[in-house]
Amino acid sequence: MKPSTLLAALAGIVVASLVWAQASTTDEIAKYRAALQDGNPAELWEARGEDLWKQKRGPKQASLERCDLGRGAGVVKGAYAELPRYFAGADRVMDLETRLVWCMVQLQGFNEAEAKKTPFGSGSDRKSDLEALTAYVTSESRGVKMNVALTHPKELEAYRVGEKLFYYRGGTHDFACATCHGEDGKRIRLQDLPNLMTAEGAQKAYTSWPAYRVSQGELRTFEWRLYDCFRQQRFPELIFGSDGAIALTMYLARNANGGVYDAPAIKR
Amino acid sequence: MGEPMKIRATLTGDTTEVKVLMNHEMETGQRKDAQGQTIPAWFIQTIGVTWNGKSVLSAQWGPAVAKNPFLSFRFKGGAKGDKIIVRWVDSRGDQRTDEAVIA
Repeated sequence: MKPSTLLAALAGIVVASLVWAQASTTDEIAKYRAALQDGNPAELWEARGEDLWKQKRGPKQASLERCDLGRGAGVVKGAYAELPRYFAGADRVMDLETRLVWCMVQLQGFNEAEAKKTPFGSGSDRKSDLEALTAYVTSESRGVKMNVALTHPKELEAYRVGEKLFYYRGGTHDFACATCHGEDGKRIRLQDLPNLMTAEGAQKAYTSWPAYRVSQGELRTFEWRLYDCFRQQRFPELIFGSDGAIALTMYLARNANGGVYDAPAIKR
Repeated sequence: MGEPMKIRATLTGDTTEVKVLMNHEMETGQRKDAQGQTIPAWFIQTIGVTWNGKSVLSAQWGPAVAKNPFLSFRFKGGAKGDKIIVRWVDSRGDQRTDEAVIA
């Protein structure tokens, strides 16, 4: 064998083993996730959220059971699979978290700043009511097909703005969402990143949030996912419940249409 | 007092499977906070499960058990409607007791 052929053969082995190592890492992570499936601590958040939903709270001593999430006052079942959507009363497109804040203000009499003071919790001293409520509401859409409408002009506008944001390059690293999420087989450290430009990728990604993050010991919502992606892109901080956050959610949720919703999930 | 647990107990044949999700920080005592101060250890120390008043599991835990622990075990016996009681005591002396019926 000529040295160059030998080299090529060796290189072939190295490449093959790298591919193998990568595939087996992915498999192992999948196995790890499967092992965690039983006894997902997200259930603790769901239970706390259900309590919060039914409790009489705030200055008006009202529960959230009259909160209209889009399918009529108090209808929780399947509501998340149709969000974000346009709400006439607020004259705005809202995602679930924003709508929950709206209901806490309108029904329970909290002031808005108070209602969204802790969008993301940490530990037992700083629990987030919004995360718990989100866990409860989303759990009531498990098994429902994503069905986000773009019938109202403002819904369409949010979708278009979200699409712009998805492709917008900026920050110190000249990153866009699409830089990492626009191609198959991209990874961040060992985690496979979903290709959000394909229907399958968008469905798989969107329908698995919120999720309990084992590495953080916290349940994280979709707004958190976007917030942290912005941080990783070195973008300015994404403001909770802002039009930008909702538009991006609208873009990704709509692209996930047809996917079966299956969360709160559990992730590494 | 700690936050509620989630308990499921199901009977298959002559064996009862008990699954418990506990709400607890389970601080190891090894971590530091943002100011560099050690976060004191705080974890579930003893745990006991009874079936109709009879002990079916008792364990001593340490700081190596994960946050929000999940415990699953089986025991021979049990009938639908029997009462399962789970009780834990943590290193601060805080405790929590919850119960479920076998389904």
